Amino acid sequence: MKKIIEPCGLHCIKVNHLGVRFGEQVILEDVNLHIHCGSINAIIGKNGAGKSTLIRAMLDDVPHEGQIEFRDQQNGRMQKLKIGYVPQSINIEKNTPVSVYDLIAGYQYRTPVCFLKKKSIAKEISEALKVFEVEDLLDKQVCNLSGGQLQRVLLAMAIMDEPNLLMLDEPVSGVDQNGMELFYRTMVYLKENFDLSIILISHDLDYVAKYADKVILLDKSILKEGTPKEVFASEEFKTVFGAEELPAYVTEKKCSQCKTAKTERSQSWY
Amino acid sequence: MVLEGFTAFLEYGFMRNAFLAILIITPLFGMLGTMIVSRKMAFFSDALGHSALTGIAIGVILGVTDTNVTMIVFGIAFALLLNYIGSKSGISTDTIISVFSSCSVAIGLVILSKGGNFSKYSSLLVGDILSITPKEIFYLLLIFVVSVLFYVLCFNYLHAASIHRTLAISRHVPVRLMENIFAVMIAVIVMLSIKWVGILIINALLILPAASSRNLAENMREYHFFSVLFSLFSGLVGLFVSYYTNVATGPVIVIIASILYFATYLYARVLRGE
Repeated sequence: MKKIIEPCGLHCIKVNHLGVRFGEQVILEDVNLHIHCGSINAIIGKNGAGKSTLIRAMLDDVPHEGQIEFRDQQNGRMQKLKIGYVPQSINIEKNTPVSVYDLIAGYQYRTPVCFLKKKSIAKEISEALKVFEVEDLLDKQVCNLSGGQLQRVLLAMAIMDEPNLLMLDEPVSGVDQNGMELFYRTMVYLKENFDLSIILISHDLDYVAKYADKVILLDKSILKEGTPKEVFASEEFKTVFGAEELPAYVTEKKCSQCKTAKTERSQSWY
Repeated sequence: MVLEGFTAFLEYGFMRNAFLAILIITPLFGMLGTMIVSRKMAFFSDALGHSALTGIAIGVILGVTDTNVTMIVFGIAFALLLNYIGSKSGISTDTIISVFSSCSVAIGLVILSKGGNFSKYSSLLVGDILSITPKEIFYLLLIFVVSVLFYVLCFNYLHAASIHRTLAISRHVPVRLMENIFAVMIAVIVMLSIKWVGILIINALLILPAASSRNLAENMREYHFFSVLFSLFSGLVGLFVSYYTNVATGPVIVIIASILYFATYLYARVLRGE
């Protein structure tokens, strides 16, 4: 894990004409992105806008058109892009005998975790966990971790690979307001201390406004991109989030407090 | 006295063979069962067991002398087909497995029962470990070695894919290939051991030790260790008990494995207060 003082600013990641189709249905069309290193890029959009599909396409998990380039800006040479991915949650139910060591070593090393626990590997994982102050969780069962702890364990694992790009879903379940603040502070810490760019899917526009360097408004294709200010002031943003009419059964009755947090927030932006 | 009984029982050739077979099959089942339970493939392995009938039926139709071959080939094809359809369609996997399994069992039964001959094959249902031959033990040993090698080389890939597919793909794990290899391995093992263990029992042997182990284990090493230990213990004690009580071996093994499951369940619930 190489720690650097300043992000170099010399790399950029380009997504060119990315498109995804499931049969006849077009999920994403002609998505073009330019990501600078050392920046936090937030993808926003309504449910079903294709946010998760974009991330899965960039990870090659779904068949897609277009390509992803990673270039050194000084000499224009292509480099191999290493992507660190942090899922929102993982398929671990209660009572699953998987410790944090098993989880990370399983992805990061080849030594079969069902037969051996290597001291040298445990030490390396411990060091990665230390970055996020969760090194005491090494032998804990993953199913007993809180949402915030799991997120930090997954982040530690993503960072071990020294990725050039970190892609993640903002945590929504099991994380309170403090946890969200901590999550975004961690993102800032990562972009300032490691040589990487961050793309995250966000559901919380307040935090995006506060922490993102660049916002990408997505609905099948990119409707608008720029600084949070630019995007939130745009017509496109209003059409996606602002003009959202609430169904009559919500507005007419007295239960105004029943509105979901998401709609309230999106309304506060226009 | 126990030791004497033990040596007496090994004086019969067929008991020696059965003993050897159990020493190979049960640890293998214990080891693979953990992954089957983790990946929620219990229904898949059950369907594979049932499809053995169809494999034999196809062999009978084709007039093949060794129906083992058609059984294994059909099992592999069946496993890969289930994997493929499961990944393609939006219908939930258990429905698909159920459809294919019922269909293939029915076809197998129709063919095998033609002319009222089914009783010839009914031993397949319960299995008979006492009739295993050294040549067949050798095949089991071969698949045992291959499976252990596969685990040593690829366990982490399988493990990673079972925890989060997309995360595994982002780490360049050949997820689809691993899933297919694992399914084929299960198919071959189930088909090779079905005659000795029986269609009705084979899945219990794959699932029970791993399920018991989950009641106790906190990490992957413990999970596999307990699973193999429970499986081996049930197998050996089951063989011993069935020899002295003169009942079919397979069901006794399953009963012992079940007792272990309930004991570990109670232990986890009551003593550890989970």
